Amino acid sequence: MNLLEIEGLSKYFGGLAAAADVDLHVGKGEIVGLIGPNGAGKTTVFNLVSGALVPDSGKVTFKGKSIAGLKPYEIAKMGIARTFQSVKVFSKMSVLNNVLLGYLFGGSKQIALTDSARRETEEVLAFVGLKELKETRAQDLILANQKRLEVARALATRPDLLLLDEVMAGLTPTEVGLSMELVRKIREKGVTVFMIEHVMKAIMSICDRIIVLHHGEKIAEGTPQEIVQNRTVVEVYLGE
Amino acid sequence: MKSIGPRYRSAVILAALLILLVGLPGYVPSSSYAIILITNILMYVVMAESWTIFSGPTGYISLAPAAFFGVGVYASAILGDVLPLPLVILIGGIAAFILAFLVGSATLRLKGMYFTMFTFGLVELVRNLVHWWEVNITGTVGRLIASEDPLTVFYSMVAIFLAVLFASYLMGRSRFGLALQSIGESEEAAAHSGVNVNRVKAVTFGVSAFFMGLTGATMCWRWSYIDPTTAFNIQYSFMPVLMAIFGGMGHPYGPVIGAAVFSLLEEVLTTKFPYYYMLTFGLIMIIVIIFLPHGLEGAIERWRKAGSRRGAVEVPYDVGKT
Amino acid sequence: MMVHVLDIAIGGLLTGGIFALIAVGFGLQYGVARVLNIAHGEFIMLGAFCAWTLFTKAGITPLFSMLLCGPFFFFVGFVIYRVLYSPLRTFSESPAVFEGNSMLASFGLLFVVQNIGLIIWGAPVKGYTYLAFPINILGAVFSANRIVTLIVSVILGSAFYLFLVSTRTGKAIRAAAQDAGAAELMGVRINRVLALCFGLGAMMAVLGGLLLSMTSIMLTPVMGMPYTLIAIIVVVLGGLGNIKGSFIGGFILGYVGYVVSSVQPGLSMVAYYAIFLFLLLVRRMGLLGK
Repeated sequence: MNLLEIEGLSKYFGGLAAAADVDLHVGKGEIVGLIGPNGAGKTTVFNLVSGALVPDSGKVTFKGKSIAGLKPYEIAKMGIARTFQSVKVFSKMSVLNNVLLGYLFGGSKQIALTDSARRETEEVLAFVGLKELKETRAQDLILANQKRLEVARALATRPDLLLLDEVMAGLTPTEVGLSMELVRKIREKGVTVFMIEHVMKAIMSICDRIIVLHHGEKIAEGTPQEIVQNRTVVEVYLGE
Repeated sequence: MKSIGPRYRSAVILAALLILLVGLPGYVPSSSYAIILITNILMYVVMAESWTIFSGPTGYISLAPAAFFGVGVYASAILGDVLPLPLVILIGGIAAFILAFLVGSATLRLKGMYFTMFTFGLVELVRNLVHWWEVNITGTVGRLIASEDPLTVFYSMVAIFLAVLFASYLMGRSRFGLALQSIGESEEAAAHSGVNVNRVKAVTFGVSAFFMGLTGATMCWRWSYIDPTTAFNIQYSFMPVLMAIFGGMGHPYGPVIGAAVFSLLEEVLTTKFPYYYMLTFGLIMIIVIIFLPHGLEGAIERWRKAGSRRGAVEVPYDVGKT
Repeated sequence: MMVHVLDIAIGGLLTGGIFALIAVGFGLQYGVARVLNIAHGEFIMLGAFCAWTLFTKAGITPLFSMLLCGPFFFFVGFVIYRVLYSPLRTFSESPAVFEGNSMLASFGLLFVVQNIGLIIWGAPVKGYTYLAFPINILGAVFSANRIVTLIVSVILGSAFYLFLVSTRTGKAIRAAAQDAGAAELMGVRINRVLALCFGLGAMMAVLGGLLLSMTSIMLTPVMGMPYTLIAIIVVVLGGLGNIKGSFIGGFILGYVGYVVSSVQPGLSMVAYYAIFLFLLLVRRMGLLGK
């Protein structure tokens, strides 16, 4: 049984199909990439999985249970965490408090706000490399660190599956490299990663498997090598 | 670790204030103007502070305080002969909490403007309902009540004032308060981090209403006659909002200052210009919104930071989120 | 039985006509200028009292007063927008902040206007009668003044609709309703158009109040708020930004109000609110438009 199973997933806005009959799966321990031209429906799929949107049809199964139609906070507590395309940190809160929120509320059991909770949170900060900035206000961080902060907050919820939505967008090549390292570290820790990305270098080198979407439909799936040689994919990207 | 300085200072000021309040009746006769004036100020302070507990962090503008205040007034009036006073006041608060929780659960899922529109009408709605009830079921509109000793009302308000400050303080440092703050920053991110956003909003709205109900149930005893129009008066929605915005909603003391300033102003104006004082307050509200949208506190922040490079106003709460 | 149905059919229409007019005015202010003008009802009050003053002190009929008060209060509304809301729009950090701040400014305006009403006209209730003779329509009896208000409301509504559809300014308003920023880029003088909308909204409120006063209701400076609420509910019912929807919604709510009033007077506001709550809850599930 796969960690995440999606069958026949569809979502329409007006007459437009943002997602059309999508089938895909993510296995435990994998790093799976989701690519496609702009408007292909990638973030829509993420939204349908995380509970931000309700599917019009299809099934979404996580750890064997159906999660379509559940509220985002319920899905988060079940073990799916995500970052956002446009960074949504809690601007006026400190880095520590941003991640603390995820730590306190992300699990299935209630956790009180104690010093021990703060210490655990600092561990997460150390993992992503933000420990020294723990008292800084989130809005005062540079973009790369804000993205890191979102990842830390997501990790603090102790997820089994992490959805990364263009976490490398807007980063310098050096920052991209560091980001790639972090994703690998996350997988080593036991968290499965499903990532939307446009930075091809990153996708190709860290993903075990890649899924390609176009106009809301899945048009290809396979290892990075297979995808690069897939004629349909090449046409879709060159044609844009 | 933040410096202890400012918090120690606040605690000392609060302690001094409390000693003054509790000791005051020792120096002035119990029905004196001073006692009554301060009771009034405390009423507005609690109303403004409770309003800020919800509308500050979330940015949702509630215009319903008068509805919750009125519910408290009526709870007191109806049960006052039957049950002991402290219990009656508590029931007033609980009734207001329940009303707010229900309204909040239904309307806080929506855009802020719908919520504001609904709360604006809630006052009229409850007033209409009570009026209809009195006309058709009870038979008489309005009721007479036996007023209580002003000193009792005074001490009750001091206790409620302490309670609301304590609640505000607790919320600021608790898990719940963290969730509330995160909702104000980004509801979507908070929800995806495991926060049951709608419930937190509804509960906070309820807590804010609870204190307004307590206040109404207490202040009721300063009057000898109440009816729907006096109990559910839109002014009790307007004044707390004006006071909180004027004072600034970044810290608990902002609304306190705003409330103190405007209650005193109201006292002065109602005696000198009884026909013009709401006009004056309306104009002040307009001026405050245009020139001081972050309140006095925000203006002071701006002035203090005028020299720094960054210059932007760092005020935790933003009025007017939709 | 037939008469009863007719009574409701026509009675609802009469109530609805005024509701439609004030709702369209409110809708213009919120839908286009994005100002939640909770002082809207106070302008209705002003219109009603102006009619009273002009009729009882100067013998000018309400219908003629419309010609005097309409343009005057359009101008007043226009100026209020320029002085109060335009600076807010410039200095607000985001549209959301502007909506909140303009609503609060309107709250202040509510008290200013209401108090002015109290100062000028005083608290005691007033009223006047005009065209109060009964007219018999197929067995149902109605006061002539109410029928006149319906006719005038429909004329005003249609005139406004034509204005929106066929004049340049009307098209500018429709563009601004869709997207003020884009309209500005296309050359629309947005500040002028928004001020115009606010002025028109104020004018419609005043005219609505004028018509209302004709129907022998009791006039008091605090009469405005229930009408603001009705306007809000109608606009939500008809769809924010949808002028036609506001017009039709006014009639729907008018019917509800008339029926409830006949059965259980004093509960019409409660009925409106129940509808409001229902709309908000249903909207949450995405069944109705925006």
